[in-house]
Amino acid sequence: MEEETHTDAKIRAENGTGSSPRGPGCSLRHFACEQNLLSRPDGSASFLQGVAEKSRERLIRNTCEAVVLGTLHPRTSITVVLQVVSDAGSLLACCLNAACMALVDAGVPMRALFCGVACALDSDGTLVLDPTSKQEKARAVLTFALDSVERKLLMSSTKGLYSDTELQQCLAAAQAASQHVFRFYRESLQRRYSKS
Amino acid sequence: MAEPASVAAESLAGSRARAARTVLGQVVLPGEELLLPEQEDAEGPGGAVERPLSLNARACSRVRVVCGPGLRRCGDRLLVTKCGRLRHKEPGSGSGGGVYWVDSQQKRYVPVKGDHVIGIVTAKSGDIFKVDVGGSEPASLSYLSFEGATKRNRPNVQVGDLIYGQFVVANKDMEPEMVCIDSCGRANGMGVIGQDGLLFKVTLGLIRKLLAPDCEIIQEVGKLYPLEIVFGMNGRIWVKAKTIQQTLILANILEACEHMTSDQRKQIFSRLAES
Repeated sequence: MEEETHTDAKIRAENGTGSSPRGPGCSLRHFACEQNLLSRPDGSASFLQGVAEKSRERLIRNTCEAVVLGTLHPRTSITVVLQVVSDAGSLLACCLNAACMALVDAGVPMRALFCGVACALDSDGTLVLDPTSKQEKARAVLTFALDSVERKLLMSSTKGLYSDTELQQCLAAAQAASQHVFRFYRESLQRRYSKS
Repeated sequence: MAEPASVAAESLAGSRARAARTVLGQVVLPGEELLLPEQEDAEGPGGAVERPLSLNARACSRVRVVCGPGLRRCGDRLLVTKCGRLRHKEPGSGSGGGVYWVDSQQKRYVPVKGDHVIGIVTAKSGDIFKVDVGGSEPASLSYLSFEGATKRNRPNVQVGDLIYGQFVVANKDMEPEMVCIDSCGRANGMGVIGQDGLLFKVTLGLIRKLLAPDCEIIQEVGKLYPLEIVFGMNGRIWVKAKTIQQTLILANILEACEHMTSDQRKQIFSRLAES
């Protein structure tokens, strides 16, 4: 019994939320973790997470609304459900790409395709495209949504400190990188249609 | 730094509109613009071709092209709105440049006027039945739209029945309406679908493939067991054979047809014919 409780406490400490360990004889491992997430003693931390989720939803929704031809389906709602399987950095960009592919798969009429590209700015000004979670702890992280027709900017979400020129550089790099994403879209869609 | 510049140039070049003729049969993505044949000549190479002066601002020899599903008119060009293969059909007779459309694989049905569909009656309110056809709204079906129906002689339709009918009104602004008679007042196979049988759902692309004029699958299935089958353009198929087991086998074959090559299909049919 004591061993079990000890393991419990260790797991919770690794979560790094700073919450105080519970008393002995409480729930099984995964249940404790869940409880930990939901009822953090630091109220502002959970609030921030709530806002981040909502703002990410709003960003993705606005991008989709700009591209989908809604006038062809009045009085209809299109629901996009995104489930995070694993987060290895550039989550918002990955969500945007997934949403675009899902809309194409469903046959929703769109005026263009869109893709998400993230980049991180280091403290010495180096630009890293598609940063991993470790690289995301940089000075600034910028995520752009670009459309496929003229690589125009549909949405940008930035976090951190950066100058005007750095923003332009990141945007140019993202536009160049979106080439690869659109080429991948085209190849995977061609593969799908070649099977029929 | 030179690399992004060259890549940018390539990207801009890629987004130039292509002639529709050159892209026939290829996969097109939403956002691409296609040039119609007549415009392509005007934008031809060089410009060294001499043309006679015409008094009209635009040449009269514009070909009338019909813009099918998946394409929209955008100025003078066609804008692709769905992903799929671009197809073209020459006009049978008379003028016109034919029809262009995008053959896409989709599961969701959008009501189109003239389509024959299988619907499920969900409600009966007064003189109107509400029929679920798989679209965003249930279609309405009046009780007088059956063969031989009068105010005294009402058709025997209950909630939960299957109906095979066609749309007379189907656009994005109004609730779809369907009927079970054709323009001459005859049923022509439409109406309530009989007892038993199995209704199942497939993708719209498979339905179109099965309804194509020389579909091998249907001929082979017909040789296997005697059966009754109804195809709805909304992705629904109703099948009935002599026994339940045969019905289930047929349903499984039709559902699996989408992913099988013709050789695999022939193998399965020969194995079933033996047993």
